[in-house]
Amino acid sequence: METVVTLPLVLPPVATGLVLLKMFGRRGPIGHFLSQHFDVDVVFTWRAVVLAAAVMSFPLLARSARVGFQGVDQRLEQIARTLGASDMRVFFTITLPLASRGIAAGIVLAFARAVGEFGATIVVAGNIPGKTTTLSLEIFSAVQLGHDASAYRLLVVCVVIAFSAVWLSEVLMKKRSMG
Amino acid sequence: MKLAIRHLSLRLHQFTLGVDVDIQHARTAIFGPSGAGKTSLLETIAGLRKPDSAKISFNGQLFDDSGRNYSLPVRLRRLGYVPQYDSLFPHLSVQRNLLYGSNRKPKDHTLEFHHIIDFLEIGHLLDRHVHSLSRGENQRVVIARALLSAPQLLLLDEPLTSLDAKLKNAILEQLQALHSEFGIPVLFVTHDPAEAIAICEEVLLLQAGRITARSNPAELLG
Repeated sequence: METVVTLPLVLPPVATGLVLLKMFGRRGPIGHFLSQHFDVDVVFTWRAVVLAAAVMSFPLLARSARVGFQGVDQRLEQIARTLGASDMRVFFTITLPLASRGIAAGIVLAFARAVGEFGATIVVAGNIPGKTTTLSLEIFSAVQLGHDASAYRLLVVCVVIAFSAVWLSEVLMKKRSMG
Repeated sequence: MKLAIRHLSLRLHQFTLGVDVDIQHARTAIFGPSGAGKTSLLETIAGLRKPDSAKISFNGQLFDDSGRNYSLPVRLRRLGYVPQYDSLFPHLSVQRNLLYGSNRKPKDHTLEFHHIIDFLEIGHLLDRHVHSLSRGENQRVVIARALLSAPQLLLLDEPLTSLDAKLKNAILEQLQALHSEFGIPVLFVTHDPAEAIAICEEVLLLQAGRITARSNPAELLG
């Protein structure tokens, strides 16, 4: 399972996009099922953009969250049990809060990766103006067309989003550490 | 009280902990040198370690019976466990730590809550963050948290280790009065004869995983 989750991290993004295209295309096993039973098309729609971003960024979230959970002192979970807490209460009141730094760091990394996603998105969602164009795809188009000013404006947007994400995660983590 | 430990066997690094004992005194010390298996014994009673074999019961309630592959979950044993290591939850305030085992909201303080807080003199610490506590304050809060969970037995694992002499004496006095004040029996692990003599009615001498002697503290250690 872990290997499957990590695969998008090591595969070329275009290759991951191709796998998604084959799986979620109308003739693909999942795409066919969704189209037949729910009348939902995935490829070359906004859903494909979300799918590509999620698949490409999930390994970063999963790995960072795992490090967060592994860093939780199991003895504190044991102590919580001696105080009468059920496994579910231990998880939500001890394990999850203590792993929150790792999870938050993972969310930020995953978000940044999702914003920068290009290869898988262009294969599975295309670059349809007003429909599946992402920030990264729009910058690419602007550079291709020689619209440098437009590309730089979008670059600034990217920087603002990235800066805000990192700032927000630091604020959240500071709040958590203050209890 | 009656804590019955039958045929306890637990393989440790250097020896096998082998204990077969009935504990009936309300204030009993498990005394022995470092590495004798004292903490392992306490953790096994608390359910934090799975013995290779054992039948353990407390006041008729079965805790472990390896013959029937039975082990009562830790949370149902109602044992107040005070470990050697720093065990306050670092993301919660002192008050929330104290109330963790009693399932109450911070504003729902009971008479019992005030009694315990006053007894251990930690009222001024309630709104503090655990990181700001001294070692002595930390230990008093851990003991109070265990008491507030309404335990049927208190397991104290060298609670005075690493405290300076003045603090040690102050908390020792509180531990001496603990049983008479709250009526909760205490099983106290220590390697300090003075602590055992001050607090307990009976001492079990544990050496290399075996109980080699038991008597009243003054006779055995005095």
